[in-house]
This record gives sequence, structure tokens and C-alpha cells, in this order.
Amino acid sequence: MIETKDILETINMIDNENLDVRTITMGISLIDCIDSDIDKACDKIYDKICRYAQDLVKTGEDITREYGIPIINKRISVTPVAILAGVCQTQKIKKFAVALDRAADTLGVNFIGGYSALVEKGFAAGDYALIESIPEALAETKRVCSSVNIGSTKAGINMDAVKMMGRAVVDTAKLTENDNCIGAAKLVTFCNAVQDNPFMAGAFHGVGEADCVINVGVSGPGVVRAALEKNECKNITEVADLVKRTAFKITRMGQLVAKEASQRLSVPFGIVDLSLAPTPAVGDSVAHILEEMGLEICGCHGTTAALALLNDAVKKGGVMASSHVGGLSGAFIPVSEDAGMIDAVNKKALDITKLEAMTAVCSVGLDMLVIPGDTTPEVVSAIIADEAAIGMINSKTTAVRVIPAIGRKAGDTLNFGGLLGSGPVMDLRIGNPEKFINLGGRIPAPLQSLKN
Amino acid sequence: MKAVITVIGKDSVGILSKVSTACADVGVNIIEVTQSVLQDMFAMIMLAQIDKATVAFDDLVKKLDALGSENNLKIHVMHEDIFNSMHRI
Repeated sequence: MIETKDILETINMIDNENLDVRTITMGISLIDCIDSDIDKACDKIYDKICRYAQDLVKTGEDITREYGIPIINKRISVTPVAILAGVCQTQKIKKFAVALDRAADTLGVNFIGGYSALVEKGFAAGDYALIESIPEALAETKRVCSSVNIGSTKAGINMDAVKMMGRAVVDTAKLTENDNCIGAAKLVTFCNAVQDNPFMAGAFHGVGEADCVINVGVSGPGVVRAALEKNECKNITEVADLVKRTAFKITRMGQLVAKEASQRLSVPFGIVDLSLAPTPAVGDSVAHILEEMGLEICGCHGTTAALALLNDAVKKGGVMASSHVGGLSGAFIPVSEDAGMIDAVNKKALDITKLEAMTAVCSVGLDMLVIPGDTTPEVVSAIIADEAAIGMINSKTTAVRVIPAIGRKAGDTLNFGGLLGSGPVMDLRIGNPEKFINLGGRIPAPLQSLKN
Repeated sequence: MKAVITVIGKDSVGILSKVSTACADVGVNIIEVTQSVLQDMFAMIMLAQIDKATVAFDDLVKKLDALGSENNLKIHVMHEDIFNSMHRI
């Protein structure tokens, strides 16, 4: 029989340390829904998504009950919509967003991702119109998430797209001003976007993917922090080993859920994304893990090193626990979703420059940062360009999800509620990057891209 | 399918009997039991065969959860695979 100690450990992880499977995300290809008549295309999209994912929510709930593992979100990601938009002879492509939203509503999933465009090297038919439509699409829908890939290590950075995205972020925030600027929280700008990411808001179903797959995102910062608290580590090697062992256990659970969900839904298993994704709940913070390693407060000198260790150990521990690992896999640092990060910002220990450094070693990038409402589109573009440069040079995914808090200034707070949390408005650097951003063009691919 | 039933709480008279009676009532066969009392905390783990249960898994979970709340105990019923996959390679 399984040992008592192990059984109690698992139950304790779930009951007291916030262990959960963060999301089961069904990736659905929309390639076969392409139609030059946008209304016909929207009908096909709605029908296909509803047909494929009709049992998704129920299956998630069944697994939760039988195995006793909380599965927090059931979500859907689809083929980047810009590909479908390119075929339609119309500018009114936000109809696609409305169709996706309707499907999500019918199925009861909380988010649907893929209102996206991949423009790292240039704009194809549909890309331009899609990016232009993002603010309205996000303002008029509830569950649609949007992402745009504007750079990659292979292609360099498309600065024209960077410029457009700065404007899109600010406009989205403005259009959702009465709703805490929530639209901007559903918009991610990527460099080196991954095609099988199950986490929102950046999930989309890549064009190289199968018709339909199940991807699972695990979580569990609370479990890692508790493990560090319970075991006195004599040196940093022991810390890394302990994180690895814990990540292994967390990922095994994700693998079990992924296998089970894929079998029950008769859909191939894609990947497990072994991420430490924090929530605003007490004890579910990545910042607190770093503090448990011996930092007085997240953001002090030493934070980047501690985060690098954590990110790497999570991957090493998780990779053996699952047959296919993918997505973003590592430690997320979304400020407003992490009680420890919010605390650090309020105490002035953590600012945007330190966060930027941390994004060079975390799994994604500047995430859920609330910035002053009067920030210009050019400054947002410049933040995106900086972040994309870190990703491009280091061959890693980076992203920017900032929320301009319209009508608020540094020191105020923006409260989203729920999983998105609340964020203090953060100060930005002084100076104006306008001329640089308005140059446009492309930053050439770095030497690292010439691997062949 | 086998389920692991765990009962955790303050020790009191008759816990084992209450839980096993509740199981027997719905045709759940208990295969193995281990229990330990640490100070005054009671922890009991049962491995149960539930193929012949007369109620759905979901109802069994609810029934035992209710029994737990009545007696100030925390009772979990979970598929054994979660423990196997987490703790065995």
C-alpha cells in the first residue's frame, strides 16, 4: 500500500498549500473554418468549438471530483484569428471575437485565447486589420484573450508592430476604463511566443499543432514555499534539489490529469506546462518562495539570482515527470496576481527596472504591471521593445502585459478582483523614446539566430 | 477502481466504526486500514474497493464529507492513482 506519509503529504498540499491544476486548455485548429464570407466563417468557428469542447468543462469537473485535485480553469485556445481574417474581404473582423466569446459563453469556459497575430517579421493579409481591431474586440467581449508576437530570435523584432501594440494597449485600457481597464489584462505582446501555451492571456493554438489537443498547466508556488519552510536547507544546492523534488511531484499530478482528460475527451495529449503560477491567495506567491530562500523582500539585490535558480530547478524537476513538457514552463512573475510582489512594490523594494532584470531569467516577462494612466503609447511601445530585446537575445519567451490605469497615477491602486488580483500603479523611467519608436522598421535578427 | 479514504481529526470514540459502517451501507469494501494517533490527532487511511458500491462516486464523496463535518473530522475520498502517480516513478 502507499505509505501513510505520502498520502498525508498529498492531501496537505491540496488542502493547505494551494496545490492545483491551473488549467486544462483545449487547443482547436480553425484552419478548416476559413471562409471569405466572415459571417459564414464565424458560424463555422462557433459550431466547431462547441462540437469539440462540449464535454470539456464537465470532464474537468469529473476529474476534480474523482481525484480530489482542484482544476481551476477550463479554457480553449484557437488558431491565430489573423489567418482567418486575411481571407475575409472586410475590415469588421471583430465579429470573430464576438463568435469566440459566444462559444466560450455557451461552453462555460472562462477564457478563450487566440485573437492573435504572428507578425515577428512582417504583416500578412489580416494581421494589420486584426491588430487595429484589438481594442474594440476586447472591450466588447468578456472572455476573449488576445496576443501578438512581434519578435523572435530567428526573425528579429518588427518595430512597426511594436509601435502598433503600444497604441493598442493604451486604446484597450481607455475603452475599458469603466471596468478597471480590464481589457489590457487580456492582451499580451510576445517575443518568441510558444505555440502550445495553455495559460491565458497568451494562449493560442499554433499552426503546426494537430487539429485538437489537450494541454495542461500545473501550478503550486505554495507547495514549493512550504517545502522550503519545512526543510532547513544547509546551502543553495540543497535548495535547488528540494525545489526539483517538489516540482516533480506537482508535475506528476499534472501529467495524470492531462492523460485522464485526453482519454476521456478522446483528444490527443499535447503537453504539460510546468509553471509556478501564483494567485493573490495567501500562501500562493512566487515572491514568497524567493523570500523563503533568504531574501528579506522580493526585489532586493539577489532576487534575480534566486529567481534564476527557482526557474531552472522547476524545469529540471518537472521534465522527468511528464512525457511531453512544453508551453512556458517555469516561474511566472505577474505582479498584481502575487501577494508578495504587490507587497514588495508597495514597500518600494520592487520597481520596473528590477522586474525587467528578473524577466531575463523567469519563464515569461513583464506581467500584470499597472502603469500610470497618462503613459503615452510610445512609452508602452518602448517597454515592449526592451522586453522583446531580452527575449530575442536570450532565446527565450518574453512578453509584456501592462495595464495603463486610466485616470490614475503612481501610488494609486487598480483592483481587478478574482484571479487577476489588484495592482499598485508603478512608476516608470523618465525620458521620451518617441523618436526611436517612430523610426519603425525591423531590428535585424541577432547572431544567435544563425545556428545552421 | 480503488479509492483511498483518509480521515483526519481529533481523536474520539468510535471513529473507525462510524466510517466503516458508512462504507458498508453503500457496498464499499475496505481492503486495508492503517491508523495512527499522534498526540491527540487521529489519522486513518483506508484502501477501499468501490466497484460494487451502490452509489455513484460523487455521492460517496458527499456522504463521507457530511459524516466528517458532523464529527469534526476531515474525510477525503480520492482515486488511488493520484497517490501512485505522485509518489511512485
